Amino acid sequence: MRQSLSVRLGRHAILLIGSLAVVLPFLWMFTTSLQSRAETYTNTSILPTSWHWENYAHAWEAAPFGQYYISSVIMAVGIVSGHLVLDALSAYAFARLNFPGRNAIFMVLLAALMVPTFVTIIPAYTIVADLGWIDSYAGLIVPRLADVFGIILLRQYFMSIPQEIEDAARIDGCSRIGTFFRIIVPLSMPAFATLAIFSFLFAWNDFLWPLLVTNTDEVRTIQIGLSSFVGRYGTSWNYLMAGTLTATVPSIIVFLFFQRALVRGIATTGLKD
Amino acid sequence: MTATPVVIRRRSRRWDREQLVTAALFLAPALIVLGVFVLYPIVNAAHLSLTSWDGFAPVKEFIGFDNYVRLAQDPEFWNSILVTVVYAAGVCLLSVASGLAVALLLDAPLRGRGVYRGIYFLPAVTSSVAAAIVWKYMLDPAGFVNSVLAQVGITGPDWLQDRWFALAALTMLTVWKNIGLNAVLYLTALQALPQGIYEAAQLDGASLWQRLRHLTFPLLAPMTFFVVVQALITSFQAFDLVYVLTGGGPRGGTDVLGMFMYRTAFRLGEFGYGTAIAFVTLLLVLGVTLVQWKASGSGKADR
Repeated sequence: MRQSLSVRLGRHAILLIGSLAVVLPFLWMFTTSLQSRAETYTNTSILPTSWHWENYAHAWEAAPFGQYYISSVIMAVGIVSGHLVLDALSAYAFARLNFPGRNAIFMVLLAALMVPTFVTIIPAYTIVADLGWIDSYAGLIVPRLADVFGIILLRQYFMSIPQEIEDAARIDGCSRIGTFFRIIVPLSMPAFATLAIFSFLFAWNDFLWPLLVTNTDEVRTIQIGLSSFVGRYGTSWNYLMAGTLTATVPSIIVFLFFQRALVRGIATTGLKD
Repeated sequence: MTATPVVIRRRSRRWDREQLVTAALFLAPALIVLGVFVLYPIVNAAHLSLTSWDGFAPVKEFIGFDNYVRLAQDPEFWNSILVTVVYAAGVCLLSVASGLAVALLLDAPLRGRGVYRGIYFLPAVTSSVAAAIVWKYMLDPAGFVNSVLAQVGITGPDWLQDRWFALAALTMLTVWKNIGLNAVLYLTALQALPQGIYEAAQLDGASLWQRLRHLTFPLLAPMTFFVVVQALITSFQAFDLVYVLTGGGPRGGTDVLGMFMYRTAFRLGEFGYGTAIAFVTLLLVLGVTLVQWKASGSGKADR
């Protein structure tokens, strides 16, 4: 049932108008980041009218964006690798191993997923403070080394791998741990890719927790640095947009490269955030 | 490599020791992290909400349900509830409408479909801070939005200085940010629908609107419930966007529950009272989820 040309053109027209509305803030961000300060108050053109690339250098001088970037990268690497290792190990236990209380523990984790962050954040904050982890990478990373979403995602994937493959390896004398690393892990790369992207976007864009546990520029992540930059340079929109764009580029690049895995992840788990 | 018996063991022989040891090893790291930083805090929060703790005092004075009584009498709390409910209602309605519209437009094969999907998804991968900063700039009284409105002869309001315009702006920002996610969710549901009945309906002369009204919308009901509940949870947990766009202002106009809790606990140092706010939020989210369970149950019965 092929749609007529007019129907398809109509769909394109509406989708294009919608796309423009969605993309407009990004275009505006880019255009403003290249303007002189005077232009930011007068110009309403959505296309760049001047090319002040030095705004980026100015923004990076005005605030320690380089340091923020490093902190964000360290935190993101820590959280992503934590999720990949810790979530995978426990997901395998839930998917394939028999042990007392398996279903009960899994149900507790599922229930915890529904509890808003706000409930846990005050006690979690005081624990981190008691450990002396305020203003440290440990405070940013350790509390988020594992997450329930990743466990569910990987468990579902592991369960879809035919048991026979594992049984065959076991018959050939492979241990439990051996089958996990030699059979399950290599077969689950698509699921790991999806989890890695979700975790990276989560870590890179995360705001409330880093806001609470960091006080100094040494460990502040890019999002926190950016929001304090707004407070200090609230009227220098061109610098502000240059800073905002630099903070946004990594997640957009990751998204462009791994769009498929991301969309597949949402489609299969029906979960977001 | 140790040789293991050829016979695959079943559950019958109680617990297999190798499995128990492996399970313990595999579970320990994740369960320790989640236990210390998620599960224990939930229990601890229940206790904290019954104290007047300020975050520093060595003794957490137990005051029973005083925090909850105080909440019921706190005009700031009721303002926050009003703001959150209006915000959540707007986000739900517009999330369903926009997600469904984009998904319907993208459902049938179309050149450049993947590109469109990518574009609509872009706001979702952008950080809330970056998104809110750009919107704040565009909504400036002399900013982009008002200059576009001026070109069609409308004098735009000072968006972020008026209570309801600010809340409307926040609602639109939230919907804009999630449109791609909602569209992908609906798209998944649409592509799982049986094609046969559509062809039958078309043969029977049903118009496009009739097919949407009597086939698509009812069949998508389970996904709509899911999208609505996700939108509700997003609204009840909103913080980042509000913090950067308005800071909860003007005069409490966008003071959603998340913002109210953050201010109470981390600005005013009232940890006990702040946890009580968080618990009320939890109860509201749970109530909503219960409604969703019942609703999706009836949705399944339709199939």
